[in-house]
Amino acid sequence: MAKSKKVSVDRRNFLKTAAAGSVGTLVAKTAVAQSSAATHPTPHSVRPSSTPKMSKEAEAGDPERVEVLTTDRPGSDFMVDVFKALGIEYICANPGSSFRGLQESVVNYGGNKSPEFITCCHEESAVGMAHGYAKIEGKPLGVFAHSTVGLQHASMAIFNAYCDRVPVYIVLGNSIDVTKRRPGVEWDHSVEDAAAMVRDYTKWDDLPISLQHFAESGVRAYKIAMTPPMMPVLLVADAELQEAPVRDDAGLRIPKLTLATPPQGDSGAVAEAARLLVAAESPVIIVDRTARTPAGVTRLIELAEALQAPVVDLAARMNFPTRHPLNHSDNARDLIAQADVILGLEVVDLWGAANSYRDQLHRTSHPITSEGAKLISITVGDLYMKGNYQDIQRYPEVDLAIAADAEATLPSLIEAVNRLITSDRKAVLDARGKKLAEDRQGLLNRARTQATYGWDASPITTARLSAELWAQIKDKDWSLVSDVAPGMSNWPLRLWAFEKHYQFIGGAGGYGVGYGAPSAVGAALANRKYGRLSVNIQCDGDLMYAPGILWTAAHHRIPILNVMHNNRAYHQEVMHLQRMGNRHNRGIDRACIGTTINNPNIDFAKLAQSMGVHAEGPITDPNDLGPAIARAIAVVERGEPALMDVITQPR
Amino acid sequence: MQKPFANYRRHNFRRCIKCISALSIVVVLFAGANSAAQVASAPKRNENSAAGNAENGKTIYVKDGCYECHGRAGQGSRLSGPKIGPQPIPFPTFVAYIRSPQGQMPPYTSKVLSDAELADVYAFLRSLPKPPDPKGIPALN
Repeated sequence: MAKSKKVSVDRRNFLKTAAAGSVGTLVAKTAVAQSSAATHPTPHSVRPSSTPKMSKEAEAGDPERVEVLTTDRPGSDFMVDVFKALGIEYICANPGSSFRGLQESVVNYGGNKSPEFITCCHEESAVGMAHGYAKIEGKPLGVFAHSTVGLQHASMAIFNAYCDRVPVYIVLGNSIDVTKRRPGVEWDHSVEDAAAMVRDYTKWDDLPISLQHFAESGVRAYKIAMTPPMMPVLLVADAELQEAPVRDDAGLRIPKLTLATPPQGDSGAVAEAARLLVAAESPVIIVDRTARTPAGVTRLIELAEALQAPVVDLAARMNFPTRHPLNHSDNARDLIAQADVILGLEVVDLWGAANSYRDQLHRTSHPITSEGAKLISITVGDLYMKGNYQDIQRYPEVDLAIAADAEATLPSLIEAVNRLITSDRKAVLDARGKKLAEDRQGLLNRARTQATYGWDASPITTARLSAELWAQIKDKDWSLVSDVAPGMSNWPLRLWAFEKHYQFIGGAGGYGVGYGAPSAVGAALANRKYGRLSVNIQCDGDLMYAPGILWTAAHHRIPILNVMHNNRAYHQEVMHLQRMGNRHNRGIDRACIGTTINNPNIDFAKLAQSMGVHAEGPITDPNDLGPAIARAIAVVERGEPALMDVITQPR
Repeated sequence: MQKPFANYRRHNFRRCIKCISALSIVVVLFAGANSAAQVASAPKRNENSAAGNAENGKTIYVKDGCYECHGRAGQGSRLSGPKIGPQPIPFPTFVAYIRSPQGQMPPYTSKVLSDAELADVYAFLRSLPKPPDPKGIPALN
């Protein structure tokens, strides 16, 4: 059949015909006629489907023009080839029509395996899952998001991942060609510059206009996301590019992925840092977002032990074993105040670590460091910054700023330190280490004593909750997939023996509430294939942002022990309102208005049960805690999620 | 559940050093190292707070938000406020500190909390049960 005589109508016209009547049909037909007169060959003429599923007559009655869309090799199949080449294990998404082609290719063409489609009830949950997964697995999973509204839902979680320097691989459906959009809702869900909304807090984005372009940008995006400082990236997958047939399959090629090696510190600067550290009488190592990999933990131990220097862990990652004799995070302020050399390794807020800031009736700040103390920083934060969102913190005045990845720099720094340590100096350092080890045991004893205050209280103290949990999991291969501060008053880090990199994932990064539950489930998804027991201490307010994540865990059989830290409040905001009431001298007895989550109390056990999750609670008696945890662990070890609603003290 | 401390990341645990700094001051003061000025400004009360009403003190302790930082059992939190029961600091120091605190604790003027109310709170704190010996708790060992 000659192309000029081809009868064509697209899906949009079919839908409009069915839904809107003859006037709309005429308008749409005009648009389709103009489109078909363009140079693009029809999909059918390029690659005829071997088995068309629907005839033009059956689909559209007797239209004047029909664009047959059946094909057995849509562009989205090739996009899935790209994801498979990148080793993306999962796609987390709430379904959306702008990526319907991609989703169909994932589940049918790709066999729903590597990547497997994970159904999320909110785009924020999808990105949160990706955030937690990456912190365990060390690489991104994929997130599909739906054009305008889906990305708007996802944006807060993207911001968290950006602030936390975590890679997330986002593919955004969108319809670029106006003649290909269905009338009505698809126009609302299309946007000219789709990535603009999140460009301030993503590292890179692109809008591929061909499949080869998609392959190259797909690989480039992955590489950029995985190069420290790691961040989310976004690719726009045009709907027509997804759904149109591949025209030249043999000519398409997926480029080789070669990840960039992270930047190491300048050798001269590293030598100077080593000289200052070895000569120091009271050095302190502050770590925060330091260990990207298990090797980072090992290297950090080597450095601390070579220097016999105390480590203060601000805990954005699992950096340093909590029971190590040189872990003095519980004595941070005194150590920093007394230090003559302070080494900050990927410290997000080094100014905040070196200064005191008070926000009460008077606003004051002052350094807490000693006069003449030398500050050294090693951070990729000096290599990449954006100006709009202010996660950069106050400007820290340092004496030596090494713009490099700390983990990558540690081997050369350790080597330089070891070269400088003479036998005499080693004796001094060993004596310092011995004293620090004695002090460390004292810190642990003090923590255990402090944990006993309110031991039998109801609501249950966060210390008791932490201790009871630890007693049940300490002999298992566990992974804490939630933050511990400020809600848990840091008790797990004070009482538990964290040793392995996957045993702690830190916090949200951008402090966007709603991160906790989805990131925990994402981390648990990563832990599943290793058979680890994932433990999530879950704040009540956080879960209420998008509780559908519980259904996702149940549906996909993601084993995770959720222990509610249910203090029935947005507690930090209670404290802020109290502060304002005090500052304005109006009393503080109304600080609960708008800040508490009670009357009625939320029954989280019922909420979880309604979504297929084993649940118990509310648990108010601390003596009931241990047996309930044991029962829940038994469920999780069968491969299912469980939830315990524990009524807790505020912090 | 705790939302971030407004826009001040420093107030989050990850910015704990400042908090610890502030709390250290609190702890020192609560240990009795109060300044002469604070003592001078404090009302003269019996240190054992026998005049206080513990039951009323418990009500005030909750209503006026003491529990928010120090816990409902006075157990404290490393990230918000120290433990203050069951053996609080001497009453004059207690009152002086509340009127003019250091660190991150908000001040409580007499317009917000009267001296009599503070005496009741003090009595409540003293009435809290003594903690068990950690060596006798398997979960802590």
